[in-house]
Amino acid sequence: MITVESLTRKYGGFTAVDDVTFTARPGRVTGFLGPNGAGKSTTMRIMVGLTPATSGTALIDGARFVDLTNPGHEVGVLLDASAQHAGRTGREILTIAQRTMGLPKGRVEEMLDLVSLTPQEAGRRVRNYSLGMRQRLGIAAALIGDPRVLILDEPANGLDPAGIRWMRDLLRDFARRGGTVLLSSHLLHEIEVIADDIVVIGQGRIVAQGTKAELLAGAGTLVRTPDAEVLGRALAAQGVSCSAVDGGLRTDATPDLVGRVALGAGVPLTELRSGDGAGLEDMFLELTADTQREGAAA
Amino acid sequence: MTATTVQPRTTSTPTTAVPRERRSVPPIGLGRVVSVELRKMFDTRAGFWMLMSIAILSVLATGAAILWAPDADIDFELFASAIGVPMSVVLPMIAILSVTGEYSQRTGLTTYTMVPRRGRTIAAKAIAAVLVGVASMFVALGIGALGNLLGSSIVGVPTDWNISVTEFSQIVLAQVLGMTIGFMLGVLLRSSAAAIVAYFVYSLVLPGLLMLLAGVQSWFADLQPWVDFNLASSRLYDQTMTGEYWAQLGTSGLVWLVAPLAVGLALVMRSEVK
Repeated sequence: MITVESLTRKYGGFTAVDDVTFTARPGRVTGFLGPNGAGKSTTMRIMVGLTPATSGTALIDGARFVDLTNPGHEVGVLLDASAQHAGRTGREILTIAQRTMGLPKGRVEEMLDLVSLTPQEAGRRVRNYSLGMRQRLGIAAALIGDPRVLILDEPANGLDPAGIRWMRDLLRDFARRGGTVLLSSHLLHEIEVIADDIVVIGQGRIVAQGTKAELLAGAGTLVRTPDAEVLGRALAAQGVSCSAVDGGLRTDATPDLVGRVALGAGVPLTELRSGDGAGLEDMFLELTADTQREGAAA
Repeated sequence: MTATTVQPRTTSTPTTAVPRERRSVPPIGLGRVVSVELRKMFDTRAGFWMLMSIAILSVLATGAAILWAPDADIDFELFASAIGVPMSVVLPMIAILSVTGEYSQRTGLTTYTMVPRRGRTIAAKAIAAVLVGVASMFVALGIGALGNLLGSSIVGVPTDWNISVTEFSQIVLAQVLGMTIGFMLGVLLRSSAAAIVAYFVYSLVLPGLLMLLAGVQSWFADLQPWVDFNLASSRLYDQTMTGEYWAQLGTSGLVWLVAPLAVGLALVMRSEVK
């Protein structure tokens, strides 16, 4: 479990992390979502003791990270997959971790296997790695100590679609076995695919947090039908407002209500679902509209 | 990465997972960190050739001494000083890069998350650097001894082993002190380029400046031996150390080594690792 309480980090007059409080629970994947420069990486660096906090605390199972005697066995960390000596081979980087943490030698090959780096690739120097390979190597280094907690900063960056699916399954499985996962991303879809809980940050402040289901509940319903106009009138008659989207309607009502209204109006539906993807995206853009660089991009 | 490439799964989130227990974890001993830091010094091509350059330069210096030194000068001391010059350049570079690599290559991000007590890592690096320095000196001693045997038999002079154990220990100490200056600059500046430049300013420019200052300012002339670390440590090479010389090595070392190292360590502990 990761417990972050009133965490603040100031650089002179600039507050990079502003009174951030949240919890990442065991058995769940917590997504840390925010636009670039929102304070995600700074928060994560504070968690692992690389950046001192101005005030507030970040605890891993009740202990400060810097007080852990051999943190690699308890917390797997991947902050920047490119922060490796370009002249070392992938296998050498894992060997350094294995020796530092005092693990059996076999762990290196196990981890290479787990992240699907071939022996040939593992023997190459990291300067010749693609970003995706570096991310895999970083994941291997984070998992080598068999930790209970994972802290991953933008781990899906540079992974191809199959890689993202692989990472999702890996992290889901890690959480299912009782582990705690905190991963950040500035891409909504990644978080949406992988996370159970979501913490949204903008300009150093937490702007929303909750389970994915909770955050989606406010996202309304997306319904597609060839008779959008008819359904729109039927919904309006029930006092439900809706807006037209490509080939359908979006409304704040629940899918359940929309389905009943459609049935009553005899309108055939081709799709009916909670407006998750687009809804969460709207939420993300809305929540961060006044904090992100592009302004009200939504 | 778009939503179309990976379909969100509708499976519900796991709620039955049992939080994993904390287990007892073996702490990381200093010895282990030292062995890892030693490995990190030489597991890249740059590091490997840096180490090899010690042997290569020693052989080259020995060869040059045999070729060009006057026959009468062929003795152990000649080879010791010939080898000492390249060593006094390479060893401090090894010490500098062992620290600054963590910052210029950004490996500190991993190093300091695996061993959050940064003092422990820095101490391990210092020990590793000294070990490398001492070991290199013994390699150099061996190469120099071979050179002495070979050189004296080629030119037909009696082999002269005119370096005592004390003298050799002093040379080792002088080389290690030079490394420590490099280490200090690495810790203080945490940038490879800046620390290397600073090392050459310290070892090549500073002695001249201090000499000049002592020449024009009489008050400094008396003070200089007590604050000039270059001067004090160079005596280790070629003079019998007196009590006063040792004392001057101590006071100048406080100024040029201990004080800046303390500042550098404080900075390393507090600084943000990015």
